[in-house]
Amino acid sequence: MSSPDLQLGRGQTAPVRQRSHDRPASLDNPRSPRRRAGMPNFEKYAWLFMRMSGVVLVFLALGHLFVMLMWQDGVYRIDFNYVAQRWHSPFWQTWDLLLLWLAQLHGGNGLRTIIDDYSRKDSTRFWLNTLLALSMAFTLVLGTYVLLTFDPNISG
Amino acid sequence: MTTTTSANPATPEGSSRLRRLRRTLYRGDPGMWSWVLHRITGATVFFFLFIHVLDTALVRISPQAYDEVISTYKTPIVGLMELGLVAAVLYHALNGIRVILIDFWAQGPRYQRLMLWTIGIVWLLVMVPAGVVVAMHMIGHFR
Repeated sequence: MSSPDLQLGRGQTAPVRQRSHDRPASLDNPRSPRRRAGMPNFEKYAWLFMRMSGVVLVFLALGHLFVMLMWQDGVYRIDFNYVAQRWHSPFWQTWDLLLLWLAQLHGGNGLRTIIDDYSRKDSTRFWLNTLLALSMAFTLVLGTYVLLTFDPNISG
Repeated sequence: MTTTTSANPATPEGSSRLRRLRRTLYRGDPGMWSWVLHRITGATVFFFLFIHVLDTALVRISPQAYDEVISTYKTPIVGLMELGLVAAVLYHALNGIRVILIDFWAQGPRYQRLMLWTIGIVWLLVMVPAGVVVAMHMIGHFR
């Protein structure tokens, strides 16, 4: 309570800043065991992953944007043939696959943090996290499938 | 009961309002706004990535389907949105490096504010030529 925001004059009531819908079990029952579910130290590894993948993504994402939007004629040269030529090279295929996975996991974990910060009910958090996990799985599976099974001779 | 009724607030209404609005060590500081921007740009890029994987997946359906959707990207409005994407990714990348330095470099927290101004300048130095290049592509294409 050292925050100057919460210092109240005599007789003043503390303002209600937000409603808590789900009290932590430890509030009503301080001796309740801590929740021990899932991977130990998950948050620490997630924190480390954000920083390590972030360093790699700086080069992968900015390089991707530079090649696609700035280099040569930018976005105006991109069509099916361009993609076919590009993915003919294992270098760019690997680049795009790595970019897909790192960006999706980095962004997914970031959105998980945002959901944890702003959802007030456990049920809201659960359903938003479920939606997030489904969309991440869908994007990763679809993107990986397209990258690895690309057929330049496909006919419409 | 008597204490609550006879309690005379030590501070009038006006100054308590002021106190609530006052900047604290973190709130209202440029460090807070760098965090807000980091969050907004990150979420924006995440939602873009979802759409981007969907449009690229059309190469697996047919060349015509892909070319048709990509042609909608070659318009002036989407060109501006592409520049906005560059702005968001660039800020997120630069501020991410700043966050990493604050976390891992012993002198990071001391220089966090200086690093914020530095990434602001680097952002501008990259965004100006990027904007010129995108504008030149647009002029070349829509002339």
